[in-house]
Amino acid sequence: MTCLVVADHSNTDIRPSTFCAITAAKQIGGDIHVLVAGKGCAGAAQAAAKIAGVSKVKVADADAYAHSLAEPTANLIISIAAEYSHILSAATTTGKNVLPRVAALLDVAQLSDISAVKSADTFIRPIYAGNAMATVQSKDAKKVITVRTSTFDKAPATGGSAAVENVNAAADPGLSTFVGQELSKSERPELTSAKIVVSGGRGMGSGENFKIIEALADKLGAAVGASRAAVDAGYVPNDYQVGQTGKIVAPELYVAVGISGAIQHLAGMKDSKVIVAINRDPEAPIFQVADYGVVGDLFQLVPEMTKGLG
Amino acid sequence: MKVLVAVKRVVDFNVKVRVKADQTGVELANVKMSMNPFDEIAVEEAVRMKEAGKATEIIAVSMGPAACQETIRTALAMGADRGILVQTDAELQPLAVAKLLKAIVAKENPQLVVLGKQAIDDDSNQTGQMLAALLGWPQGTFASKVALDGGKAAVTREVDGGLETVSLTLPCIVTTDLRLNEPRYASLPNIMKAKKKPIETIAPDALGVDVAPRLVTLRVEEPAKRKGGTKLPDIPTLIDKLRNEAKVL
Repeated sequence: MTCLVVADHSNTDIRPSTFCAITAAKQIGGDIHVLVAGKGCAGAAQAAAKIAGVSKVKVADADAYAHSLAEPTANLIISIAAEYSHILSAATTTGKNVLPRVAALLDVAQLSDISAVKSADTFIRPIYAGNAMATVQSKDAKKVITVRTSTFDKAPATGGSAAVENVNAAADPGLSTFVGQELSKSERPELTSAKIVVSGGRGMGSGENFKIIEALADKLGAAVGASRAAVDAGYVPNDYQVGQTGKIVAPELYVAVGISGAIQHLAGMKDSKVIVAINRDPEAPIFQVADYGVVGDLFQLVPEMTKGLG
Repeated sequence: MKVLVAVKRVVDFNVKVRVKADQTGVELANVKMSMNPFDEIAVEEAVRMKEAGKATEIIAVSMGPAACQETIRTALAMGADRGILVQTDAELQPLAVAKLLKAIVAKENPQLVVLGKQAIDDDSNQTGQMLAALLGWPQGTFASKVALDGGKAAVTREVDGGLETVSLTLPCIVTTDLRLNEPRYASLPNIMKAKKKPIETIAPDALGVDVAPRLVTLRVEEPAKRKGGTKLPDIPTLIDKLRNEAKVL
């Protein structure tokens, strides 16, 4: 039994989500190989080789993989799939884009967003926005799996010394090309791996008002998140969204400001260790899941908290 | 250009589901059902393409029990031209749905299939990508903008770091994210008109697809409950609790 973990990476380094997927692979058992497909990705491959528990790193370095396009990347994974019992990836937008394509080409089901490994063929995954947890067994010979990163610890980044092996690029179907990207620039920690997250909702009233969230986040060394309502209103970019269909986070501390607590938002943050809610409405559902709630005007309370942390 | 839109009947997004006592699933009796919200966005996008003169016909496809007719009628009331229901009471998993859609694509020859990125019941986020794989088509998933031009689709995608744009050769698959558009409410005259639009019903067997589930749900349980509800009088108390009780600062 050998697991292949498809790495999310920046060509120079491995993204934190991949370390969580490797932990899931360890729980499944057997050898663990990591696939690094990219362009100029030797740095990422070297980083992958050092991760504890990884026995082999396969590198595909070609123009076709520069932007993780689903069509060529899926074909590449298929070209080496024969030797693997399990193919995993973190449930990032890259993993969610590519792996179902791989599963269909292999004629197997995919297990999406698993939150626990019960055995090599049985997994737990959340359904209905995490309001139910399904224990699911795969009857397929190969398992294709995306991993909910918030429920698996990161594998240690050092301690391994895996062999690095080149694999040939597979045929690029040539149906898709990368045009461009607009990435949010931030000096703050990445949302899904931050220890503290401060999120704002509709109650913020404007994008300008998010400054008080950012000031609190900077004081705490936190990432900034948002509810769908705040993203839809254009206060902050889409990649801030925490929720059922956005990012799933489980930090040590989650501070929800001006967020009512719709089911879909709770789905993205209710596994946080400690939840704080600041909201004007004492009946807001967010208070039912918050360990600590403060009712009042966020425009007064948030700056007071920032100041109080001194 | 023909556009196919896939629509799923799911528990309404406002309903907080309850797990059945026997742990076989969630309670669906007497629960409000609606079109999957991402599929509403898919229908809306197709209708806007038709209004812009880019699409000539919109076909709404649903799969499942007879009640999925209602979901198709909703799509027809929003502006789809006709419907196809693959009717079955069997459990349909994403791979089976993708195979059934592939068979319908073979009959209808659309240049574009638009699907929601994820259904809010099983939260799988698979069907569009699987359909693209089975057809050998390119895919633009999690779309927040779609521009059709000269046999290509430029799809702006919501990705973890922000936005990314890809150019796809038609025919292609698009799956919708939340910011693609704001779906319209069907007007009463359009709801009435939709009653007269045709819906074809097909059995999975007639499409030659084996829909047997590959995943077996062994049990469904309630998630661990959080003990929330503690309200504090002021910010100094909160900071004190975070430092000395929760010890997270």
